Amino acid sequence: MAQVFHPAANIIARLSIVVGLGGLVGTLVLFDALQKSDYVTEVNMPREQIVPFSHKHHAALGLDCRYCHTSVEDGAFAGIPPTKTCMNCHSLIWNEAPILEPVRESWRTGTSLEWNRVHDLPEFVYFDHSVHLNAGIGCTDCHGRVDEMPLVWKEKTLYMTFCLECHRQPEKFVRPRDQVFNMAYEKPANQLEVGAELVRVHNINTSNHRLLDCYKCHR
Amino acid sequence: MAHFTKQTLALAAIGATVLLAGTGCELRQAMYDQPKLRPMKASEFFEDGKASRLPVEGTVARGHLQDDPHLFDGRIDGQFADSFPFEITDEVMKRGQQRYNIFCAPCHDAAGTGNGMIVRRGFKQPTSFHDQRLVDSPEGYYYNVIRNGFGVMMDYSAQIPVKDRWAIIAYIRALQYGQRASLADVPEQFRADLEAVR
Repeated sequence: MAQVFHPAANIIARLSIVVGLGGLVGTLVLFDALQKSDYVTEVNMPREQIVPFSHKHHAALGLDCRYCHTSVEDGAFAGIPPTKTCMNCHSLIWNEAPILEPVRESWRTGTSLEWNRVHDLPEFVYFDHSVHLNAGIGCTDCHGRVDEMPLVWKEKTLYMTFCLECHRQPEKFVRPRDQVFNMAYEKPANQLEVGAELVRVHNINTSNHRLLDCYKCHR
Repeated sequence: MAHFTKQTLALAAIGATVLLAGTGCELRQAMYDQPKLRPMKASEFFEDGKASRLPVEGTVARGHLQDDPHLFDGRIDGQFADSFPFEITDEVMKRGQQRYNIFCAPCHDAAGTGNGMIVRRGFKQPTSFHDQRLVDSPEGYYYNVIRNGFGVMMDYSAQIPVKDRWAIIAYIRALQYGQRASLADVPEQFRADLEAVR
């Protein structure tokens, strides 16, 4: 009986081990990179909207975040403004612009405008805006410079690792309460000192790592 | 034959991996988007497509019984109230200033003359707060404008809660005094600050 395997088969056998293992590791690395890519996290990807509302334009007019997001200081949810808030100005300004027709239609018919959610936390996460603002976390810490975004995109992944960065060491991020809505706020050089003092003044209890308790966010 | 079996095995393995990964993702997605309803979500259950319901008409939430016409209607015995329903402290005044700058300044401008950014962009100009008619108007009149709107100005009842409305009115009064006051009206210890600004 002739030999089944040619001597060269030895090399193929060895190579297949290397290629096989390498392929497996490569696939895992690729998969991990994909998970962290903008494509999956949607970071830096502007979201299409029914009306191309520009935060950049409206913030440049001098409108405060809270003119529209009225419940951000008192509630868990910042609040998407009702169509009426748009009409406060757009009843007279740009009131014939075709681009705003969906807004006018919503106003006429009483049906809601369906905005595409940009910051959509998983529903097994409990998040409260008011608590974070009162603790001295600024809008831009999680949302980035929304005042410079024509269509809004996500600046941070909002993954658990992102939240924990601050829950581990709030003093690295906390700012004075009157700077929470300052979009151009920059941390001072001695942030750790200032932050530690603010953590104390704002009554942020970090004893026993309690900001890291599972139930803080998963309840 | 052996060769064929190997191929089949490999294909089956790949298939199983893809399937597993697929169900994994699907399960994870099901945790991300749970059937529970969060604020402003859509729902097919109700005719209007909204998940949130309005309370039944006539519902009064705890602490929301509007039993004080001065506070909630800006009226005393049916007439516009010419006073505030609670004491205007420094804290209230600062709150009023902040809320005025958020909600009113876009049209009325920071000084109350009615030349805000929205007006400069084409909105109908409101009367200046320093106009004699408005200086003479009672507090309750302002309250009713904030709550019910006036002319092209829509009401701000949904955006500004009751106590903030009064705080804003207090600040408007401060703006009005500011335009009419002289240096002599300023307490002596603050005069230097004013001179410095000038």
